[in-house]
Amino acid sequence: MRKTCLDSVYELAKQDDRIVFIGSDIGAGTLDEFKSEMPERFFMEGISEAHVVGMAAGMALEGRIVYINTIATFLTRRCFEQVVLDCCLHKTRVRLIGSGGGLVYAPLGPTHLATEDIAIMRPLPGMTILAAADAEEMKRMMPHTVDIPGPVYIRLGRGGDPVVTDPAQPFELGKLYLLKPGKDILFITTGTMSKMALDAADLLKAQAQDAAVLHVPTLKPLDTPGLQALLARFPVILTLEEHSRIGGLGSAVAEVLAETSFLSPKLFTRLGLPDAFCENYGSQASLMAKLGLSAERVAEQALELAQRAAV
Amino acid sequence: MPTSPIFPSKHPAPGLDRRSRDLRVQILGAFRAGRRGHLGSAFSLVEMLRVLYDHVLRYDAASPLWEGRDRMILSKGHGCLALYAILADKGFFPAAELLKFCHLEGKLGGHPERGKVPGVEASTGSLGHGLSLGIGMALTLRTRPGSGRVFVVDSDGECNEGSLWEAALSASKHRLDNLTVLVDYNHMQSYSTTAEVLDLEPMGDKWRAFGFAVKEVDGHDVEALRANLASAPFEPGRPSVLICHTIKGRGIPELEGNAFWHHKNKVTDEEVDALLVALEEA
Repeated sequence: MRKTCLDSVYELAKQDDRIVFIGSDIGAGTLDEFKSEMPERFFMEGISEAHVVGMAAGMALEGRIVYINTIATFLTRRCFEQVVLDCCLHKTRVRLIGSGGGLVYAPLGPTHLATEDIAIMRPLPGMTILAAADAEEMKRMMPHTVDIPGPVYIRLGRGGDPVVTDPAQPFELGKLYLLKPGKDILFITTGTMSKMALDAADLLKAQAQDAAVLHVPTLKPLDTPGLQALLARFPVILTLEEHSRIGGLGSAVAEVLAETSFLSPKLFTRLGLPDAFCENYGSQASLMAKLGLSAERVAEQALELAQRAAV
Repeated sequence: MPTSPIFPSKHPAPGLDRRSRDLRVQILGAFRAGRRGHLGSAFSLVEMLRVLYDHVLRYDAASPLWEGRDRMILSKGHGCLALYAILADKGFFPAAELLKFCHLEGKLGGHPERGKVPGVEASTGSLGHGLSLGIGMALTLRTRPGSGRVFVVDSDGECNEGSLWEAALSASKHRLDNLTVLVDYNHMQSYSTTAEVLDLEPMGDKWRAFGFAVKEVDGHDVEALRANLASAPFEPGRPSVLICHTIKGRGIPELEGNAFWHHKNKVTDEEVDALLVALEEA
C-alpha cells in the first residue's frame, strides 16, 4: 500500500508541478525516479520531523502541494504542534503520509506502533483523515487528495493487503462504502480492517446472522447523515479498527450514535486495541490476535451482542 | 572562548530618535487598549523592524499578498506589538485598529495571525516555528525568478527550541542565501537572563557552526542595522544571521532588562501614562 501511495505521488507530480515530496530519512531507493526526474521537487530532509512539517507548510503557503512520508508515529506524535499550527491553523496543503498505521511495525515495539494516530488527528480543525482498505483503493483515492484545501493525514496499512474494494467503484471523498449488505449486524471499519470484518461476516453466516460491512475510508470529515441513515437500519453495531478504542473510528461512531434519536434500540460495541502499550512483538497478525482482533473473535463478540439484542 | 560580545543590559545605546519614540508611543497605545502585552519584548524589537520596513523589505501595503514582496516572519510572535505599530505606520491597516488590541472583535491578538492581519506572513506565538516556515518559503521562492527574499526574526529565548536548530541545519544544507535571520538578543527571557535559564553563548559560533554567515550589531543602532541588512546575503551560498544585541524594554528605564516586564496584564491607564512620561524623558 505504501508503494502504491508513493508511486501515486510520483505520477501526480509528473502532471502537476505544484506537487513536492519530502521524506525525513526513509528507506534507500524510495522514489528514485521522482528524485532523478524532478530533483527540484524531491527533498530528503533528515530526522527532523518538526522542521520538515514546518518547512512543508512554508512551501504550501507559497502555492506548493506537499506530500510528506515517514513513519506514522513520528508524523503524529513527534511534531504534533507543527501539524496543528503550521498545517491546520494556516490551512496549508500538506499531506502527511503515515507509514505503519496500527500494528504494522509489531516487531519494533511501542515506539513504532501508531495506535492513537487517528485520535491525535481527529480533533484538529480542517484536517482530513483517510485510511484506504487496500492498494487498489489507495490508487483511486490519491488523485482526490491533491486539491483538498487543507491538510490531510493518510494512514497507510501493511503492504500486500488483500483487495476488498470494488475497482469499478470510483472513489469519492467522504463517501461511505458498503462492502457487504446485511440486515442483522453492522460492522463499521476503516483501513485494512475491512478484510477482517468481511471474514467475520462470513463466519456469522453459519450462525444465521446476516452481517453488513461498512468501510469508512474518510474518517474526517465523516459523513454523519449517511452514517445515521445506515445506523437506523441495524439493531447491532460494532466498530472495528486497528487503533486504540479511544478516539478513533469507534469514538466517532459513538458520538454520532449518542447524538441521534433512533426509533429502535441499538446495541453497540467498539472493537479495537486496549488502552495500554503493547507488551509483545511477533507479527502484526499474531499481535492483533493476542489483543483480541481476529475474524473469529470479532464474530464471537458480534454474535454475543446479537443474542443480547434478540432477548 | 565566546566570540559574541555580551552587551550588559544597561549598555549605553544611542538615544532614541523621534521615530523610534513615536513607534513606542503607538505600542503603548495598543498596550493600554489591551491592558496587557509583551511590552519588553516589543520595545526590544522596534529598531530592527523599523529598519526592515523603512529600508530593506520590498512590499506594497495596499496589496499585502503581492507576489514579488519579501516575506518577513516575526517568529517571536510575542513581540507583535512592535510589528503591529510598524504595519499600521506603513498603512497595512488603519492605526485605529491598534486601539482594539486583544479586543473581542479586534484583528490584533496577543500573537500575530496570518489571514487576519494584513502584512503578517505567519501565525506565530509558539516559538521555534518561524524559521522552518521561512525555509519552506525561501526554497519555493528561489525557483521563481524575481521573487522576494525571506527574513525571519527570532528571539534569543527561541534559540532554546530544538526545532530552530533543525531548521538551521536545513537552511545551511540548502545554501539559502535568500534567507536572513535576525536574532533579537536581549539576553533576557521570561524567567530571567538567558545565561541563567539556558545559556546560548557562544551565540555567533553556534550559528557559524550551523553554516550561517554571521554578523553582529547593536540592535538599536538604526544606521548600523541598515548597513548590515543592506549587505545581506553576507556570503553567497549561505544563509545569513544578524545577531542584534538589544535591551529588553529599551526606551523606558524601568522596563530595561527587567524580567517582570516580559509580559504584563491588568495594566491601568495610570501605569501607561507613567510609561509615556518615562519614554519621553529617557
